[in-house]
Amino acid sequence: MKAWDAIIIGGGHNGLVNACYLQRAGLDVLVVEKNDWVGGAATSRELTPGFLYSNCSYVCSLFRPEIMRDLELPRFGLQVISYEGGAVFTRDGDYLANYRDHDAHRREFARFSKRDAEAYDRYSRDVTRQCRFIQPLLMRTAPDPTSFRPRDIGELLYLGKKFAGLSSEEMALTLRFWTMSISEFLDEYFETDVIKANFALSGIIGTALGPMSPGTAYVLLHHYMGEVDGSVGAWGYARGGMGAVTKALAASFKASGGTIRTGAEVDHVLVGRGKAKGVVLAGGEEIYGKLVVSNADVKRTFLKLVEEKELPDIFLRRVKNFKIRGSSGKVNIALDSLPEFPALPKDSPVYRGDMHFTDSMERMERAYDDWKAGRWSADPFLDMVIPTTLDPTMAPPGKHFMSCFVQYAPPKVNGREWTDADRDGFAESVIAQISEYSPGFRDRIVHMEVRTPREIEAEVGLTEGNIFQGELAFDQLLFNRPVPGYAQYRSPVGGLYMCGSSTHPGGGVMGAPGRNAAAEILRDLAKSTSHMSPAHDVI
Amino acid sequence: MAQATRKKPVSKTADAATSARTAAQSHFRTLRLGTPFQPRIDALARTQDWYNWAGYHAPHSLWDEELEYFAIRSQAALFDISPMTKYRIEGPDAEAFLDRVTLRDVTKLKPGRVHYTAWCDDEGFVLDDGTLFRLSPTRFRLCSQERHLPWLLDSAIGFDVTVEEETEAVAGLALQGPTSFAVLRDAGFAGVETLKIFDLAEFPHDGGIVTISRTGFTGDLGCELFVPADKALSLWDRLMSAGELRGIRAIGYTALNRARLEAGLIVANADFTTAEHAIRADRLRMPDEIGLGFMIDLEKGHFNGRRAILEARAKRKLRHVLVGLEIEGNIPAEHAIVYHKKHQEVGLVSAAMWSPMAKRNIAIASLTRPYGDTMVEDLWVEIYAMRELQYQKLMKRAKVVARPFIKLDRRTANPPADF
Repeated sequence: MKAWDAIIIGGGHNGLVNACYLQRAGLDVLVVEKNDWVGGAATSRELTPGFLYSNCSYVCSLFRPEIMRDLELPRFGLQVISYEGGAVFTRDGDYLANYRDHDAHRREFARFSKRDAEAYDRYSRDVTRQCRFIQPLLMRTAPDPTSFRPRDIGELLYLGKKFAGLSSEEMALTLRFWTMSISEFLDEYFETDVIKANFALSGIIGTALGPMSPGTAYVLLHHYMGEVDGSVGAWGYARGGMGAVTKALAASFKASGGTIRTGAEVDHVLVGRGKAKGVVLAGGEEIYGKLVVSNADVKRTFLKLVEEKELPDIFLRRVKNFKIRGSSGKVNIALDSLPEFPALPKDSPVYRGDMHFTDSMERMERAYDDWKAGRWSADPFLDMVIPTTLDPTMAPPGKHFMSCFVQYAPPKVNGREWTDADRDGFAESVIAQISEYSPGFRDRIVHMEVRTPREIEAEVGLTEGNIFQGELAFDQLLFNRPVPGYAQYRSPVGGLYMCGSSTHPGGGVMGAPGRNAAAEILRDLAKSTSHMSPAHDVI
Repeated sequence: MAQATRKKPVSKTADAATSARTAAQSHFRTLRLGTPFQPRIDALARTQDWYNWAGYHAPHSLWDEELEYFAIRSQAALFDISPMTKYRIEGPDAEAFLDRVTLRDVTKLKPGRVHYTAWCDDEGFVLDDGTLFRLSPTRFRLCSQERHLPWLLDSAIGFDVTVEEETEAVAGLALQGPTSFAVLRDAGFAGVETLKIFDLAEFPHDGGIVTISRTGFTGDLGCELFVPADKALSLWDRLMSAGELRGIRAIGYTALNRARLEAGLIVANADFTTAEHAIRADRLRMPDEIGLGFMIDLEKGHFNGRRAILEARAKRKLRHVLVGLEIEGNIPAEHAIVYHKKHQEVGLVSAAMWSPMAKRNIAIASLTRPYGDTMVEDLWVEIYAMRELQYQKLMKRAKVVARPFIKLDRRTANPPADF
């Protein structure tokens, strides 16, 4: 019976990044994916003829350029088109836009507050400083503070030195940034509600916290660390939808000799004498491997795919308590024409960017109140984009694909499972909100894919539909992600590794967890990592 | 369905503030604004050589940057300064407020006077430099490179003062050069010759008022004129027609930048990085580190940054110094690295040129102390001169010299020259 050098459970972007790096190191790698397509939460599927949806993730910025380069993703078809900005629509019939041009941005803010318009530079300086501190950590394995191995001590020193390199004022800001609520953080710079709401959205996306919950300032930072082809902080659309990212990864993987089996759901990891030996598929087929890497989240991996008896008690308890709460859903809509927004001039670049309707911090927090009460938000927060305004490949000419990220959606409705009627009600809250700002919107809808946490968990495999495979709370970051003592992609089971977003540095279509896990695996195998670019310098 | 019905429908009635705000939406179509003088400048812009000055499209040059420079030094040059950030600061406590915010003693600035000043954050790092115009006992105009409304408003807490940004509302011109006051006289600004350096006065113009100050950024005789935006074109025309026989020419920034360097004047975010824009903490500068220590008035009571500045002086924490350099030869040393004994890196040139007035190769540089401060011997600059796709690497001796590099008597002569 063949034994693969490595079996990767799950063909999401991190699983594929991991597989690519291992295959290119000379290993014989198999990716097993439960769906009939690869991509995980980075997929583009044609659910109605002529329309490609970015079914889950929908915009790209965080994906590490070093990985794109190493794995030759441009050659395998990946192109990211950066977009121009976006807007928050206000209830009085106006909007607040974000423009790429610095002075246009200031003038736009000045329409609402001259003071806030001029406060942006300081805000931008402080956020940039924090990003520069964290960014180099993304592509490094977090040190284990309890270990005395030279490598961990070295990494801790690196961290310490970086921190010591900050001025006392910056240190204070860093600590506050990592623990504060986004609402309080924004209060230090801005006075206008809609301007704060405009920035706050990056602090709550994918997180079961409200803008007034401590820890949300860091989530904002996480969304500011990306770039599109060197344009720092920019966001873009992958041409062909987010599936283009994993399509390019899969092509790169296959070109280097890797094997992918789709429609192959793993039932459990085969463990013998405390060591992973392979996987057993749902149909009972056994596949043997010298090591197993799980792209699934930490709960799915250790509560469903590994028998509890194989795991230490404390580890198991911490995995059970890992915060991976469902907080959002997704509504993908095929439209027979471009929706109109009377508030927006017809030639506005905002049509090509991200649009929002939550124009106050209180509305945002109230939306979260609904989540706490076990309901989806009556007045949800939407992050809405129409990628077909820049990417002609996703819909027939003149027709459009609209992606709506919707927050908040609880993992359970009033303590019970989601029903189809709930799902329809959830979709209706979204359509109703858009229709308020876009008359006739409903009539343009050709087809709709509605994904509550129930569908995301069932189809993608993300526990509770949490897009980050675990909240980006400070107690779940760096050497505490996913659980203390196991932040270096290894697990209590020998030969079983983790490479998903549950691990450092966390979620978003970034690829760093998959890459970092590959580096650790190759270290264990005493193999070269010379094909892996180190993180770009931050100078 | 378990859900409540939606609330807060879009309001159909927009109030006055909303409609004013909505009316301003269209700015996104024009990323670079024209100034109030734009029609005149456009008509003269033969080089079509523009740059972005704080969101305005401003000329690098209009017809010939060399000749534009000579217009400053031998005739009269007209330069549009409208994009400069301007704040109107008014109220019974305006003087006390500005005394608290800025480095210099504002109680010594009499109505009808202007001074060059700077202001710092609480850590003593320079936020910007600029000019402060005292228009009346209770009314000031602060002009600066960067924008500071949050800082000014936050600092105003506890003072009976209003701070208003008026950049777009007020148009500005610099008229610089030896014939500039003759031009003003011919244009009919009666009594303008009584202005001494740093004086300002108001004159009638086109049914309104123009504020003329004997100030400038060239080290030459000259003045600056501020008018409401709707009087801008008539002011331009008045000056241009009066100046026709005195060689008046409109100029772009390249020429002005040369003149300011000869005058030894520094430019925020060119010769130093302003505190609200410095991403890297070691780029922050105290006034003593960029040659603005002379502004600090420790006698006047508390001002923003005072404690930090005092501590830095006492504990010798000042790490940098900004100096004028005279460099051998005639190849400009723009952005050259400064060395001690030809090998130890001690600083960077931020602006450099061969000065037609001083007939010398001059530069402004920031050095790490003690170099440029107590150690001024054996300094060198390494010039990479690109000539036909090859670097000619030159190591040239640099001497620390006092600024300004040129001193023109006509700048301060009273009455101002009349030719």
